Amino acid sequence: MKEIRLMKGNEAIAEGVIRAGCDGYFGYPITPQSEVLEYLMANKTKERTGMIVLQAESEIASIHMVYGGAASGKRVMTSSSSPGISLMQEGISFMAGTELPCLLLNVVRGGPGLGTIQPSQSDYFQAVKGGGHGDYKMIVLAPASVQEMYDFAKLGFELAFKHRIQVMVLSDGAIGQMMEKVELDEQVPRWTDEEIVKLHPWSTTGKTPDRERNIITSLDLNPVKQEIINRNLQKKFKHIEETEVRFERIMCDDAEYLFVAYGSSARICQKAVSLGRAKGIKVGLLRPITLFPYPSKELEKLAKQVKGMLSVEMSAGQMVEDVRLSVNGAVPVEHYGRLGGIIPAPDEVLNVLEEKFIKENLLCKTH
Amino acid sequence: MTEEIIIAGFGGQGVLSMGKILAYSGMMQNKEVSWFPSYGPEMRGGTANVTVIISDERISSPILNWFDTAIILNQQSMDKFENSVKKGGILIYDPNGITRHPVRTNINIYTINAADESARMGSAKVFNMIILGAFLKLKPLIGAEYMRKGLEKSLPARHHDMIPENEKAIDIGKSLVKQTYTLN
Repeated sequence: MKEIRLMKGNEAIAEGVIRAGCDGYFGYPITPQSEVLEYLMANKTKERTGMIVLQAESEIASIHMVYGGAASGKRVMTSSSSPGISLMQEGISFMAGTELPCLLLNVVRGGPGLGTIQPSQSDYFQAVKGGGHGDYKMIVLAPASVQEMYDFAKLGFELAFKHRIQVMVLSDGAIGQMMEKVELDEQVPRWTDEEIVKLHPWSTTGKTPDRERNIITSLDLNPVKQEIINRNLQKKFKHIEETEVRFERIMCDDAEYLFVAYGSSARICQKAVSLGRAKGIKVGLLRPITLFPYPSKELEKLAKQVKGMLSVEMSAGQMVEDVRLSVNGAVPVEHYGRLGGIIPAPDEVLNVLEEKFIKENLLCKTH
Repeated sequence: MTEEIIIAGFGGQGVLSMGKILAYSGMMQNKEVSWFPSYGPEMRGGTANVTVIISDERISSPILNWFDTAIILNQQSMDKFENSVKKGGILIYDPNGITRHPVRTNINIYTINAADESARMGSAKVFNMIILGAFLKLKPLIGAEYMRKGLEKSLPARHHDMIPENEKAIDIGKSLVKQTYTLN
């Protein structure tokens, strides 16, 4: 039987990275995700697997330590919350330019600026559209439970190395701070130096006589070459869009109306679905698990079936743009969001769905 | 079965740990559980609350605005949560420090003098376990053996010698409930 624990989301991902064979964590504390660093420090991580856990002097230092660790083929990561992730954008862009794999965790809080420490989803654009400079994408995973916080540690590293890409787990204060049941799996051993050389021939592990030096740089002043580099990057992103889309359908089969929501908003909408069903409203939920790549094709399909979609986010309306792009006008798409750290309630979002789609339709029919 | 509970009071009354022990015990009894705290600046000396859900099914929203049971331990929380109890639900409160008592007539209200009782036991620390006992009497969702497992898991090993005292407090809490709530 699997080991079961009651854990906070932040603790679960910390345990998850240890068990996924992570080599190094570099971070700087910030609410609401400081438990990640605390857990790694308090749980004898070094003694358990030899994993390095280091509190850097700043977020900028953290991300560049990740850059260095990733260049040597190690499984490395950092975590922060919104203002700290903003500080890291330069380093993330450099890793995108050098195709270095890493795991990044953003436990989002309300912004802009220092904002609040309460949960928010207002960093969607930054995570999905490329927060740093240049044409790049990261794989973005959106956990909706503490179990997924744990699971996405291992999945994140797998995807990062499979595609040589940065993987961001885009969580929020609610998922980070709440406790749920977590099923833990066996320890994945850390890679040995020999395994790294064999598995990641691109990594800077020291020149051997049988090959040229490995150089990791995002700089190429020749625009012709730089265009080729960029085209190859785009090819990779396209491939990821074709192969790595993940989502969950909840009560979608006969749905006439659809919530689209990720992370903690998806949990709230899931409750709203059952409240709606109890009232006889055929409502479903599409929960994107990957925000990049986005489940556009699934939404396109659902647009042929439903009468309206409501994107529910703790933001002023960011993901809703991707929902609209996906359905391309085939069906009305509305947005509902709470801002600055306020979490919507299940009956609140159901009311909005009724107001926007159902009551309006009834009015139209009576005229 | 799904039981949606809010526990609210001052930081330091053991609100969050009561919720944690309840959630852990539920999990040991093979239930689905969630524990969602208020967190942030309001915790430092101010009010604290936690939403605990115990269910036989996968839990949808860990964040709620209506509750089957509210456990209320200070006036601010009474003002905030009295009206969040579902019709026919339960409100348990300690009258110490309460200046405006609950007035609703469509819920079941129980006063539990846990502060007085814990003083009689000579340990203010078990205050929250007395309240928890009262809840478990009204909603016997979790067996005593699973409560013990929950206590073992929630308390650090160096405090395991305090488990019998906590169990005693739970029993006293149970005995303080005079009339029993009937589940419809």
